[in-house]
Amino acid sequence: MRDVAVIGIGCTKFGEHWNRSFRDLFVEAGSLALEDAKMSGEKIDAMYVGNMSAGRFVEQEHIGALIADYAGMASRHIPSTRVEAACASGGLAFRQAVIAVASGMEDIVVAAGVEKMTDVAPGASTDALTGAADREWEGFVGATFPGLYAMIAQDYMHKYGMTREQLAHVAVKNHYNGARNPIAQFPSEITLDTVLKSTMVADPLRLFDCSPITDGAAAVIVAPLERAKEFTDTPIKVLATAQASDSIALHDRRDISTLDASVAAGQRAFKMAKLTQKDINMVEVHDCFSIAEICAIEDLGFCKKGTAGKFTADGETALGGKIPVNTSGGLKSCGHPVGATGIKQVCEIVQQLRGEAGKRQVDNAKVGMTHNVGGTGATVAVHILGRV
Amino acid sequence: MTVARFWRKIPQRYNLIGTKCTTCGRHFFPPRTFCPDCRRNGKIVDHKFAGLGTVVTYTVIMTEPDQFASPGPYVLAIIKLDEGPQMTSQVICDPKEAKIGMRVKSVFRKIATDGESGIIHYGTKFVPVE
Ligand SMILES: CC(C)(COP(=O)(O)OP(=O)(O)OC[C@H]1O[C@@H](n2cnc3c(N)ncnc32)[C@H](O)[C@@H]1OP(=O)(O)O)[C@@H](O)C(=O)NCCC(=O)NCCS
Ligand SMILES: [Zn+2]
Repeated sequence: MRDVAVIGIGCTKFGEHWNRSFRDLFVEAGSLALEDAKMSGEKIDAMYVGNMSAGRFVEQEHIGALIADYAGMASRHIPSTRVEAACASGGLAFRQAVIAVASGMEDIVVAAGVEKMTDVAPGASTDALTGAADREWEGFVGATFPGLYAMIAQDYMHKYGMTREQLAHVAVKNHYNGARNPIAQFPSEITLDTVLKSTMVADPLRLFDCSPITDGAAAVIVAPLERAKEFTDTPIKVLATAQASDSIALHDRRDISTLDASVAAGQRAFKMAKLTQKDINMVEVHDCFSIAEICAIEDLGFCKKGTAGKFTADGETALGGKIPVNTSGGLKSCGHPVGATGIKQVCEIVQQLRGEAGKRQVDNAKVGMTHNVGGTGATVAVHILGRV
Repeated sequence: MTVARFWRKIPQRYNLIGTKCTTCGRHFFPPRTFCPDCRRNGKIVDHKFAGLGTVVTYTVIMTEPDQFASPGPYVLAIIKLDEGPQMTSQVICDPKEAKIGMRVKSVFRKIATDGESGIIHYGTKFVPVE
């Protein structure tokens, strides 16, 4: 296998883009990535696009071809493939691009992610997202996404005694980081009170425990490491790519508040990179709900099971802490256009490793990790990236 | 959910009929036609569940998708059936009374309506037992 590097990144602002369409968004992200790699589109050999549910959100399928077309590739007939794994679609698109280059099949490959979620009414978006869980045996009986994660939170708090305040620290920390990220959807600092007094969505999760409904797109360009210097002075090497699956329904898991797929993907990634948790300078985890970040940092091995609440409240996951988590603001503050999230996580880590993260820069960042979850943990993608 | 899609699973949804693997004895609800433990050596038969179980975890849903029958907040839970498998369902009780470890039994209830004059779907919910 060949070594693979990220040579360009691009991301739209995340938020409600009522005046811009699905295709406007991914064209912008793609152009930004090409500009960043100082490259023209003629060099692109293939594309992989993460998208969860354009069929439900904008009534458009066949996204691979649509994106290649509007990115100006129709006359070059390059292969363009949509990748779907609910909220992990972006992470899987990135992994497919890395595999294509590592195998030697392709040289310059775009991995993109896009979702346009705000063109439908709130009830309809909630229902579309439920398709990431088991429609027949969870969705049909009244489960919603916030509801499923709320059941994880309830189980976790019952077993380990984490307090409601400790859980709220996740959101406060992520909003602090998001306030320092120009692309964030909700770039405002908040207090514990903001979280604890916000509307109850699914007990014990409140509005400020939830990632929002978001429009946005992100793109990265990968190439063989040996060619990376043609395009950039700061290539970022892909040290590991890992993916794991688990039961589609939460009720079939071995343990409700451990995502075994996160554990498996994390272990595989560390093994592939020949690194341990101590080598990671910052990690972007999938905080679709505050409890998901708590589980993630434990399942990836950054702290012991049952201790992430205190670890977070003590500031260990904040900028300047032991392991800064979600310097981008995470899904909570930066926003969560589901198919784009996994690619945005890679963009954030690349910015950190290049030293371009501005007010949220982690000092001397050498190695970073991304963790992208589909559904309640039925798919997980983990990547480790490092400075060359 | 379309009519065909719903009707296909009526015995399971109305009467808590799942399956059982006679090779290893493991019970499945929701039903499976392939045993993940025995794989092709498994032999799957229908099994009617007694309908008794324990709440493993729960939540109170405040913002629901449009089609659900329950007006206002409802209790959603993962229930471990006495025969072994776990399933997701609603528990009909005062949200304040819901707790982990609570014993429940199955009942037949309305689940959802497709639009204002659409089809009404029925299925299994649970109520507390003393
Ligand atoms: C939490 C949720 C139910 C809120 O939806 P809602 O009740 O329709 O909220 P609204 O869109 O009416 O927003 C109410 C207000 O809160 C703000 N807001 C919405 N979501 C927010 C969030 N997550 N954090 C902070 N503020 C938020 C809105 O901007 C709005 O502010 P305004 O009144 O000043 O305009 C919805 O965002 C949601 O379903 N999130 C989860 C998404 C999800 O499941 N993703 C997949 C996970 S894997
Ligand atoms: Zn068996």
